[in-house]
Amino acid sequence: MTDLNRTPAPEGCEPSNDFGRRAFLGTAVAAVATALTGCGKLSKEEFLQHNFKELSKDEVLTVIARLEKEYKAKYGKDVKVATTGPLPGVIFGYALDLSRCIGCRRCVHACVKENNQSRDPEIQWIRVLELDKEEGVNLQHAEQYYNPAEVPREGHFYMPVQCQQCKKPPCVKVCPVGATWREKDGITVVDYNWCIGCRYCMAACPYGARHFNWGEPHIDAKDVNPDTHYLGNRPRPKGVVEKCTFCVQRTRKGLYPACVEICPTGSRKFGNLLDKTSEIRQILESKRVFKLKEELNTQPNFFYFYGV
Amino acid sequence: MNTRLIRFAGLLLLLALPSFTNPPEPKPPSPAQEGLQVPGPPFTEGIFPCTGCHDGKAVKLNVKRRVLTDMHTDIDLHHGPESRWCLDCHDAQNRDRLHLASGEKIEFTVSYLLCGQCHGDKLRDWKVGIHGKRTGSWNGAKQYLLCVNCHNPHSPHFAPLKPLPPPTRPDQIQLRKGGAR
Repeated sequence: MTDLNRTPAPEGCEPSNDFGRRAFLGTAVAAVATALTGCGKLSKEEFLQHNFKELSKDEVLTVIARLEKEYKAKYGKDVKVATTGPLPGVIFGYALDLSRCIGCRRCVHACVKENNQSRDPEIQWIRVLELDKEEGVNLQHAEQYYNPAEVPREGHFYMPVQCQQCKKPPCVKVCPVGATWREKDGITVVDYNWCIGCRYCMAACPYGARHFNWGEPHIDAKDVNPDTHYLGNRPRPKGVVEKCTFCVQRTRKGLYPACVEICPTGSRKFGNLLDKTSEIRQILESKRVFKLKEELNTQPNFFYFYGV
Repeated sequence: MNTRLIRFAGLLLLLALPSFTNPPEPKPPSPAQEGLQVPGPPFTEGIFPCTGCHDGKAVKLNVKRRVLTDMHTDIDLHHGPESRWCLDCHDAQNRDRLHLASGEKIEFTVSYLLCGQCHGDKLRDWKVGIHGKRTGSWNGAKQYLLCVNCHNPHSPHFAPLKPLPPPTRPDQIQLRKGGAR
């Protein structure tokens, strides 16, 4: 170290005056940012932005304004980025009727449309498993690439798997930078601007519910859903992890998630776990319900049930 | 005598009190009465009102069980036992109505009452939102569907669908210019 300190700096780098030093430091910050992120697209504001949870109200407004400007430039249309907080007295719950689901994948594609997932490379938040009736819920006999002319196929049943919005989410536990957390209404969200892309959360999630943007996400401008949420379906950058948020941009406005709205068999049920009259509570009280991989103690707020 | 009267009156008052404080809860209204939107039944275009043809003059009432040859040949009845036929549900006297087992006539818009006679558990589940599709708002107004919007009443088994495309297999994801895609 002492040797290094004694080494004279090359003449070209020698700052000549105060202004020169500032300019040099500015360039250095930009160079470090470029080196760290692997691309030169990151603006200084974006690079210096803090974790979403730590932002003041004014800073949030600045961030939203910047994002909306970026999206406008990229897609040529107004994309609204909301920051709606959790509703008081609400914890979201989800139930899926395994006796009704026919595996038609309408939910998978409605989700992609609603949540601005990259079309190329393809990212899908819902995976529908085809299982053997004889085997029951045995994931070793699961097939996700089934593609017959018509579903349901004889002797099979279907089990869509997506984020289970755990009460004890292992993905949150392992995140080294706190870029993902569980909101008060029970939704686990990701701050895409704070995520470093280490993918620990993907390794930790026992449901395969998290997805990584390996490539630059591509959505045609006409397909972009302009009604977005900062913690939900706003277009993501390359190199971050994303996941189902129960359509936070819809559900915090009182709407059903897109997958519930599209399901032709009415297998998907959604509501407030704290409301005794909600569908979800009726199901929990009167139907046979199970949680996927209950033994892992992740405590999902996503339930599977048999409606018959 | 007086004290006895007062005691008696007091006892009466005590017995009567609970009925004042806890008025009997009103019966939960059915979805139609709750003002919930139930869409109309999915009639084939131009088929309703049925009395357009079944007016008792142009088409005479024929209550004999038979295979239909002139009209409604597209109806393939696969619902319940073999003995089932049209006039079990459709009212012979007024074709614009259905009738319950009791003989009570009902509108097509509340056909779930008819379905619920046999499928009571489904009707119960449907009313609280467990069975059937609901859209709208999870904490506000919801749209229901009638049983017949999803189940053809003549052949109620849910029709199979073509599945949307499966996800791409990892080995099918191709490298393209500008990085892994």
